[in-house]
Amino acid sequence: MHGKQPAVSLRNISKSFGPIQANNDVSLDIYRGEVLALLGENGSGKTTLMNMLSGIYYPDTGQILMDGKPVSIGSPKDAFDHGVGMIHQHFKLVNVFTATENIVLGLKDEGGFDLKAAAAKVKKICDDYGFDVDPNQKVYDMSVSQKQTVEIVKLLYRGAEILILDEPTAVLTPQETDKLFAVLRNMRDDGKTIVIITHKLTEVKELSDRVVVLRKGEYVGEMVTAEATTQEMTNMMVGRQVTLNIDRPDPEMKYRMERIRVKNLTIKNREGVTKLDNVSFSAYTGEILGIAGISGSGQKELLEAIAGLQTVESGSIEYNVDNEQVEQLIGMDPLKIAGMGVVLSFVPEDRLGMGLVGSMDLTDNMMLRSFRNGLSPLTDRKEPRHLAELVVDELEVNTPGVDTPVSKLSGGNVQKVLVGREIAAAPTVLLSAYAVRGLDVNSSYLIYDLLNRQKGNGVAVIYVGEDLDVLLELCDRILVLCGGKVSGIVDGRTTTKNEVGLMMTKLGGGEER
Amino acid sequence: MIHVVKRKEMPFAQAMAIRFGIIAIALTVCGVITALTTGLNPIAVYGTMIQGSFGSPRKVWILLQEVALLLCVSLALTPAFRMKFWNLGGEGQVLAGGLASAACMILLGDKVPNAVLILLMFVTSLAAGALWAAIPAFFKAKFNTNETLFTLMMNYVATQLVAFFVIVWENPKGSGTVGIINQSSEAGWLPVIAGNKYMLIVILVALLTAGMYVYLNYSKQGYELSVVGESPSTARYVGIKVSGVIVRTLIISGAICGFAGMLLVGGSAHTLTTSIAAGRGFTAVMVAWLAKFNPAVMVGSSFLLEFMGYGAGEIATTYGLNQSFGDILTGIILFFIIGTEFFITYRIVFSHKERGVVEE
Repeated sequence: MHGKQPAVSLRNISKSFGPIQANNDVSLDIYRGEVLALLGENGSGKTTLMNMLSGIYYPDTGQILMDGKPVSIGSPKDAFDHGVGMIHQHFKLVNVFTATENIVLGLKDEGGFDLKAAAAKVKKICDDYGFDVDPNQKVYDMSVSQKQTVEIVKLLYRGAEILILDEPTAVLTPQETDKLFAVLRNMRDDGKTIVIITHKLTEVKELSDRVVVLRKGEYVGEMVTAEATTQEMTNMMVGRQVTLNIDRPDPEMKYRMERIRVKNLTIKNREGVTKLDNVSFSAYTGEILGIAGISGSGQKELLEAIAGLQTVESGSIEYNVDNEQVEQLIGMDPLKIAGMGVVLSFVPEDRLGMGLVGSMDLTDNMMLRSFRNGLSPLTDRKEPRHLAELVVDELEVNTPGVDTPVSKLSGGNVQKVLVGREIAAAPTVLLSAYAVRGLDVNSSYLIYDLLNRQKGNGVAVIYVGEDLDVLLELCDRILVLCGGKVSGIVDGRTTTKNEVGLMMTKLGGGEER
Repeated sequence: MIHVVKRKEMPFAQAMAIRFGIIAIALTVCGVITALTTGLNPIAVYGTMIQGSFGSPRKVWILLQEVALLLCVSLALTPAFRMKFWNLGGEGQVLAGGLASAACMILLGDKVPNAVLILLMFVTSLAAGALWAAIPAFFKAKFNTNETLFTLMMNYVATQLVAFFVIVWENPKGSGTVGIINQSSEAGWLPVIAGNKYMLIVILVALLTAGMYVYLNYSKQGYELSVVGESPSTARYVGIKVSGVIVRTLIISGAICGFAGMLLVGGSAHTLTTSIAAGRGFTAVMVAWLAKFNPAVMVGSSFLLEFMGYGAGEIATTYGLNQSFGDILTGIILFFIIGTEFFITYRIVFSHKERGVVEE
């Protein structure tokens, strides 16, 4: 394979955003007819690098060669002219248009539009590669995986030869992932070149021919996938030896008690759409209850309802102070809940939009929950400052100091600040939503460790996650949501990925349609 | 091809050096334009501008008082702006305060002791300004109406209200104005301290500046309103009542505008007209933005704007130029100052498209 001329060569590419060096002197080759995995932790510059190939960004320095000739890609249209197309994590489709309309959108054909011919061409592409999409279906009727398919067909329709997919499986169930991989293999066999950006090693192993690893914006090496082990790839990605097992201590059964009892909880959003439908479950002290589900299945609403941030249609959420005293959390706001002496910590999904204030420094963020303490009308920043220093110290937050605005920190460090603050309150209930999203391997393991320590302290931990492998390794029990309903609650120690995957797509699991 | 690239963080000293350098360049450009369009010696023109503001102790005191009044309105808008509530109703809130003060002076001028009268003026003007700001705040908090349009429209209502009362209190009849209120008794006129009638306003606003600085940066309420401004969902998440904070902050904002109205009517003009706010409600928006909502820096930015205004007036009379010429110079200087911020945050990179290689 390496004897051939590369289809694309990146030569000494560098790109920085303000003080952040996203890519530094990266050189790599992409060959025709291969699946190349671009592997690296979040923030290692994978997406930035590919954005330069697809015309979203322009390199600060360096050169891009196509078939050996230098080219300048200044816009996505330039990229298309060179046969390069990229599928971003956030799809760019018009909801009220059909698949075909979205696919031809923006094309400048001579004469009038012939949507029928276009639909036929779309149909042919789908049949050739085994895509499951109806050309006349409206986008708002589609599942996430179908929308992704439309994006891929859109590129093929425009004659793309090199397709870049940015974390394509992040929003898919295991079954949908298998389907996607099958069509990607078909495309490769047809001579297309595919680059997938990912940090999931299982996917690299399963799909790619070759893997290029980036770390901290720099090229660190490449391997032929078939000849590399998962451990080797991890070590290269992280830069040192790591263990890949997550601890799961057994819950302390002696003190185990029901802490949160949710009964028949139903929530509608502002538009009147039911987000949670008759959900009932309990969370116990000293255990981690995982919540699995395709994103948007009601996870956010569930956590926010417990935290007192969500208007509830019907049902009840009870908090057991001890076996005699029970408090109702519905109709309470966060302040009233705290006023009842319930220490409920919440690590929300949107860290900078909800958990923290991006423009404020670490100290000011530490006092978000505690600033009301004391009678003085003035704030006391001594305690929060002390806490900030403590969190920076203990969780190894990488920051110039406690006076740095949190928005200047990287995703992992932002999360450490947030989790650090929430845990410092010594909670009895800890809610966390996608606690390791966007975090590198080290930070993720640190977070798992912190959650386990809370569990050991008898805290009822509720962990909403998206990576099934992690849920299966970390959680004692897993509640699976499907379209706002409870599809089932399974034992984390005995269940399988396949079982949970099926339950995510279909109530109660069962055979695939 | 030209690319705009974000800079690495610039050291404060360097950024300040650039800002002062830019002002020097702006003055040079203004000088060139002055020389080209009017044929006058720019140095002499600048000299005249300085004369206009600092030519005599009286001019200095008038300038200081005007700076104080503009600063007062700017300070009023700042808490709202920090909360990202774009209160463009400063003009109307000042008028409401001024109207309340004038009402007290005219209706109660000879009925209550002066100290009581001034106290009443103080209370009613603050209340009137607060009310004028609280109405749009309430609708924003309750129904998420657009505060920019709402506060702007409240200005026109206030103007019409003042116009109505000017006719009611017309003095002498047929003049179309209220004249100088209580000219003989001086009832409700703010006291002259240390024999200087400008001193009191300057001192009061200086105290207000310090107070506002502490309120915004060190008080719990100041912290709350910053959180609401930066992220309403974070505020809700920690149990801050967003609508309550919006209304409370706007009551403070409006009350200080009302206070400015009282200073104008009771302290400097001693009359009531529809134009008594004189555009300060809008100029204050610029003062606050130029200072990035920092009360200490606002002292400087309100001084700059007032200085330019007086200088412009002086060159207009001295050289027989149109008043607009001064405005042109002010505009050029502001343009440069605002433009600087772009170059402090970004830099521009040129590249050669054909070769696909980027050079800086």
